[in-house]
Amino acid sequence: MTEMKNLVKSLADNYGRYHESLLPILQGVVEKKRFLSEEAMVEVAREIDISAAHVFGTASFYSFLNTSPMGEYVVRVCKTITCMMHGKNLIIQELEKQLKIKLGETSHDGKFTLLETNCLGQCHKGPAMLINDTPYTNLTPDKVRDIIQSLKQNDLVSNAATQVN
Amino acid sequence: MSKKNLKRLDLIFKNENDGEVILVKTMARPTHDLINDLIISGLKGRGGAGYPTGLKWKLASEAEGDMKYVICNADEGEPGTFKDREILTQVPHKVLIGMAVCAKIIGAHEGYIYLRGEYKFLLPSLNEMIDDFHVLMNKIGFDFRVKIFLGSGAYICGEESALFESMEGYRGEPRNKPPYPTNSGYRKMPTVINNVETLAHTYSIFKYGPEKFKDLGVQDSRGSKVFSVSGDTPNPGIYELEFGMSVKKFVDDFGDGDAKAVQVGGASGFCVPRKKFDKTKIGYQGKLTGVSLPTGGSMMIFNSSRSMYNVLHNYLDFFVEESCGQCTPCRVGTQQLLLGIEAVKKGERSSEYLDRLLGLAENMRVTAKCGLGQSVANSFSSIVENFKEEMIY
Repeated sequence: MTEMKNLVKSLADNYGRYHESLLPILQGVVEKKRFLSEEAMVEVAREIDISAAHVFGTASFYSFLNTSPMGEYVVRVCKTITCMMHGKNLIIQELEKQLKIKLGETSHDGKFTLLETNCLGQCHKGPAMLINDTPYTNLTPDKVRDIIQSLKQNDLVSNAATQVN
Repeated sequence: MSKKNLKRLDLIFKNENDGEVILVKTMARPTHDLINDLIISGLKGRGGAGYPTGLKWKLASEAEGDMKYVICNADEGEPGTFKDREILTQVPHKVLIGMAVCAKIIGAHEGYIYLRGEYKFLLPSLNEMIDDFHVLMNKIGFDFRVKIFLGSGAYICGEESALFESMEGYRGEPRNKPPYPTNSGYRKMPTVINNVETLAHTYSIFKYGPEKFKDLGVQDSRGSKVFSVSGDTPNPGIYELEFGMSVKKFVDDFGDGDAKAVQVGGASGFCVPRKKFDKTKIGYQGKLTGVSLPTGGSMMIFNSSRSMYNVLHNYLDFFVEESCGQCTPCRVGTQQLLLGIEAVKKGERSSEYLDRLLGLAENMRVTAKCGLGQSVANSFSSIVENFKEEMIY
C-alpha cells in the first residue's frame, strides 16, 4: 500500500466511514501533507464510498482545505479591516522580503507558503497571522523577521497551544 | 485613557467553579420550570440574530425525533468579533454546563462544539476541559457526551444550516427555512444550536435566577453582552457591558477622541456616523445591534483619518470571497457591488450609479437565501448613504 493509502485508511479507521467523517478525514490529510492531492481525494472517496467529485467539491469549498501544494509552513496573514488599518501591508512586505516570494507563492525549498486570509478573530491584537495552526499577533516588521528566522532555523514547529503575547 | 462612564460587568468571565452544584440543583427541577426561567430572563441569542433562547429550547423539547442534538456555534467569523474565543479560553466550563442543561431539557445525549478552523490552537485546552466534563457527567449519572467538530475556514458555516451541512460532510451551503433547526437540524433531527456566549449566559441564569439577569439591560434587550472592541481605540479588547447604551456613550469610553464612525455588528452590521451617535442605542429593539449572521457584539471604531471607501471596499472584498455562491443575488450581487464602487471611484460611472447600487443591495436583502446575502445591504447602505462624498471623491 502507498503511504497515502495508509494515511487515509488510518484516518477513516479513526473517524469512521460515514459521510460525516469527510471533513475530519480531509483535515487529517491536510495536517500531515499540507494539501489534498488528487490521489488523496480519490482515496478518501474510495474509503468512505462516495464520489471523488463530491470530495473535490467539498474540499474546494473550504479555504483551509488546500487542493494545490503548500509549503511546510503555511503563513496566512489576516487582511480584514482592523488588521488592514493597523499595517497588514507592511507585514506582508516584510514577509515577502524575508521569504523571497510574493503573496500566493511557495518558497523554492518548499518550506513556506504566503497567503492572505479573512478575519482571524484577533482584531484587538492586529495585525495578526496564522502559521499553520499557531496565531501570531501584534505584529511588527521586526517581530515578523524574528519569527521567520526562528522557523528557518528550527525545523520542528511545535504546535503547542497559544503563542506568547 | 478610558473614562469609564459605562458600567463594566463581570458575569460571564467571573471565575466560578460551582458547575457541579448548579448542574445537580438545576437537573432536579422540572424542565418546564427551567424553560420558564429562561423565558423570564429575556435571554436572546448572542450570535446576533437575537432569537429568544427559552423559546428555542422549548420548541426543541416538544419536537419529535429519534435523536436530538445540542450544538454550540463557535464558528466566530464576523470581522471585528473575538469574544467567543475569549469565553472558550477563560470559562469553557460554563458553556459545557449550559449545553448539559439544554440536553436534559430537550432530551439529547450528544453535543458538538463547532469550532472555527482559525481557533484550532484552542483544541488541547478544550479537549482537556471536555474530559473533565465527561467525568462530571458520569458522576452525576447523566448520559451526555460532547465532541468538537473543527471547521475549515468558511465564514458562511456560522450560519446554522450551513453549519449542519458542513458537519454532515458537505459544502457549507445554507438550507431553505423552514424547517428550522428545532425541528430539523443536524442529521435532520431536532437540534438546539446556540452561540458560545448564549450558553455561557444560561449558566448565570440557572445560578442566580432569571430576575438578576432581567434586571440588566432595557426593554426587549435583557442582560449583559460581551462586546469586542477594535479599530481606532486606545483600549481594544473584550468588555462585558449592559444593553441599552448609546453609541455616544460607547465612543466617549472607547474612542480615541476623533471617532467619525462606529461599525456595529461587523461587516454584516451597520455603520453609525458621528452625527447619529447620540440617537443610536445598542440593543435588539432598535435595529442597530449585532445583526443577522454568526456573531453579535462587534464594535469597530474609525477615526477621521480613515477612508470609509476603503472600509466598504474591505467588507465587500470579504463578502465576495465568503459568499457560498449558491444563490445568484448574493454571488453576483456582492461582486457587482464591489465592481460598482470601484467604477464610481475611478470616474468610470457617474455618482448617480451609487443609487442603482443601493437598489441592488436592497434587492439582495429581499432575495438572497440566507443572512449573509441579506445583510450585505446593512453595511453597504449605511456606509454609502452616510459617506456618499467619500465614495465619489
